[in-house]
Amino acid sequence: MRTLFKTSYDADINLFRDGRHAMWYGLLLAIAIVLPFVLGDFELGEVAHVLIWAIAGMGLMILVGQTGQPSLGHASFLAVGCYANVILQNDYGVPFILSLPIAGLIAGLAGVAIALPTSRLHGIYLGIATLAVSVLTGDLIVIAEPVTKGVFGLYAPQITIFGITIDRYGNPDRFYWLILAVTVIVVLLYKNLLRSPLGRSFAAVRDSEVSARAMGVNIPRTKAVSFGLSAGITGIAGALMGHYTGIFNNETFNLIMSIQLLLMIVIGGLGSIHGAFFGAIVVALLPQAIVFVRDTVSAVAGTSSVAIPGMETAIFGIILVVFILFEPMGIYGRWVKIRTWFELFPFARRDMFRRQRSYLKTERMR
Amino acid sequence: MDVLQLFVSGLANGCVYGLIALGFVLIYKATEQVNFAQGDMMMLGAYVTLGLHNAQFMGLPFWVSVPIAIGTMGLFGYVLDMLVLRRMFGQSQIAVVILTIALGFVFRFFAGLIWGHEPVALETPFAGRYVPIGPLVLGLDEVVIIGVTIALTVGLYFFFSRAKLGIAMQASSQNQLAAYYMGIPVKRVNSMIWGLAGAIAAIAGILFASKGTIDPSIGLLGIKAFAAAVIGGFGSLPGALLGGLVVGIMEPFASRYITAGYALIMPYLLLFLILVFRPHGILAQMHSKKV
Amino acid sequence: MTALLEVDNVTLRFGGVVAVNKVSFSVEEGEVFALVGPNGAGKSTLFNLISRFYTPVEGDIRFEGRSILDRPSHEIARLGIARTFQNIELFDHATVLQNLLVGRHRHRRSRLWNELLFTPFVRQEERRHREAVEKVIDFLDLQAYRDKYIAGLPYGVRKVVEMGRALAIEPRLLLLDEPASGLSVEETQDVAFWVEDIKTQMGITVIMVEHDMHLVSAVSDRVLALADGKTVALGTPHEVQTHPKVIEAYIGAADPAERAVA
Repeated sequence: MRTLFKTSYDADINLFRDGRHAMWYGLLLAIAIVLPFVLGDFELGEVAHVLIWAIAGMGLMILVGQTGQPSLGHASFLAVGCYANVILQNDYGVPFILSLPIAGLIAGLAGVAIALPTSRLHGIYLGIATLAVSVLTGDLIVIAEPVTKGVFGLYAPQITIFGITIDRYGNPDRFYWLILAVTVIVVLLYKNLLRSPLGRSFAAVRDSEVSARAMGVNIPRTKAVSFGLSAGITGIAGALMGHYTGIFNNETFNLIMSIQLLLMIVIGGLGSIHGAFFGAIVVALLPQAIVFVRDTVSAVAGTSSVAIPGMETAIFGIILVVFILFEPMGIYGRWVKIRTWFELFPFARRDMFRRQRSYLKTERMR
Repeated sequence: MDVLQLFVSGLANGCVYGLIALGFVLIYKATEQVNFAQGDMMMLGAYVTLGLHNAQFMGLPFWVSVPIAIGTMGLFGYVLDMLVLRRMFGQSQIAVVILTIALGFVFRFFAGLIWGHEPVALETPFAGRYVPIGPLVLGLDEVVIIGVTIALTVGLYFFFSRAKLGIAMQASSQNQLAAYYMGIPVKRVNSMIWGLAGAIAAIAGILFASKGTIDPSIGLLGIKAFAAAVIGGFGSLPGALLGGLVVGIMEPFASRYITAGYALIMPYLLLFLILVFRPHGILAQMHSKKV
Repeated sequence: MTALLEVDNVTLRFGGVVAVNKVSFSVEEGEVFALVGPNGAGKSTLFNLISRFYTPVEGDIRFEGRSILDRPSHEIARLGIARTFQNIELFDHATVLQNLLVGRHRHRRSRLWNELLFTPFVRQEERRHREAVEKVIDFLDLQAYRDKYIAGLPYGVRKVVEMGRALAIEPRLLLLDEPASGLSVEETQDVAFWVEDIKTQMGITVIMVEHDMHLVSAVSDRVLALADGKTVALGTPHEVQTHPKVIEAYIGAADPAERAVA
């Protein structure tokens, strides 16, 4: 077991605990950068897909994991970001380098607009309100048909940054690097949030609103800021998703996607950046994994491969049920336990991570 | 007359929503858990009946299939709580919401696996028949739906106000610890509540299926019913029914008099507005936390 | 010299119940003021009124001579009023250090954008906050728990952390809601020393709700006894403890039969 000797307050403020910690993440980033030279186009596209989901997951994580406000409507902000980005490029000729952040900003403002009237709602009621928003979004896209082309949908244009064209199919390596760059920026912003007063006020709102108020935290404003940041990041993920899929319409960002986003970060592990990535890996790669398993099974059994509709969501659902029942901290929680076990070997004890349960803690009282 | 016809058809729809909403509220009041799979339980109830009754499956008589299906779903609810939901005791509401959403996915998958994804119709004895009431000609299915809902409501009212079990359920919903001290087996009562919700879901499913075809995705109706439950007031059983009726009646009128695009969103718009402007009306059950 | 806090003829009703009934008192700068009384006397309600969680239907509350009734609850900390809670309201899924740093929220000078970019200014601010919090940690002997999560801490430690979080605000007035309830004799002794030091070394005025009369008489300068939302007696600890009405309120002398039992 390694003991860390902190010699200055900066050890708690810095991004990385120590040189070794920094080295591991540096290595991870280096591998991510050279990935296009190793992987084929299809695999690279899948990794890009994971990263886009991870960005969306981090967006939602700020709201749910950090501030404790559940949202069943985050696909709406994906939609806002996606549509804003493409409409700005197509109809107004805004270059991508500007349309992406502006799309994020618009989605963020949409988030604030949702947060302000709902700031009095808690837990499940906020979930319902955001669910209503999610259902309304698809219909609003149809109603705003002149701009959004309704059910016909929009096509994402080719991206050009300073004369360099980036196309998902034409040059997938550039597309991947673009997404990687955005991912790294979002991770850095998220880390900065966690170590600054704002991040702590989010945690305060999450854990106890009364004492947050007594500490001088303005609850409605903090919730609105959290919603805004969360929706903004999710909107940027939506914009990238638009370029990834190429075409989208009113049914692309539906309620199921909202639910999937929430389920994703729960599987990954609420409250951690790692969780967003773990969850994204599960969501983005599960369909491929199912196809792979099915083809392998049918190849071994010698039968023709049969597609069972709904298999994906069902397996997703089962994974989720298992996690909520047996590992509520998600994949990240399991990862921490395994890591601790190795670090302490052979002194790890089973009950080190025993959960504290608060029985009969009613949520009717707020 | 047109208006009246629309009203009755909306009323019949509303009854189905109301019954699903009733299941939500029942479970919520007793256990503080929000069962997002209630719509999928309704779907399962409809399919179990169909599987028992329709000629292509088991072909049992309708009046035999119905009680078996209701009983099966009741047992299903009981066992679901015993095996899964009971473990969630003491965890946050949102965790339960996510869990039940996931369970809904699983239910939908198995229903599709067993009964297929093609829309099928439950062969009820009252399908396609009409009853003339005065100048009105009503579908027998609609009349049955409204009648059954009224009967069920009255039955539930007496159950909760008179029957010992019903009173025990009320007691444990108000204060689980106190109920436990009074010798009420709270865990078993909670499972029974889930069983009751399952049985009601089955009735809702049968009524829904008698109006047209069903497929595994009808469970998503639960979301609309959930909106209805909140509109009516999440803490009260009559409120849930009322909310269901409001949504049900609103729909046909909205689609008649408003552009189609807007009509679909009316229930959710209403839900959002109520949550924003009248949270206290709905949150009548919520009290300010004492510090 | 004006009083630091004046509670002036304050009344609060919940439905038909009068929780606080025309209570007046004033707390001088630099004293330890205790509120005592049986359960339901309105002690914690008074704290909630001063924290602006509740708004009185009648009367006024003034801090440093200015009414605070036009202030929302989140501005109270900024005025320099800190509090603890009877049933411990800490941020359970954060470390002790983070909890104490939330107490510094009132002193936050950085804005959203420089926090997201974590500019040198934010780092400098963080160091400043950390230094202030470390003083509190040293004062309350919390060094061993700095990086521990609240959810895993024993009750007594949480109680101390909550006091620390209130001190991190650097308040002028500290409201302690039952600081010693549920604590052992030794821990209660620590609390007595701390309250004394908070008053003399830090110059913070303290209002304390407490049932432990030993603690109250050991540390407080003046005591206000409440019963049924009304003022019963006000004076030195000894005066209040021997006041016949206070004894009556605690033992319940209204009914002769009850008195016989008591």
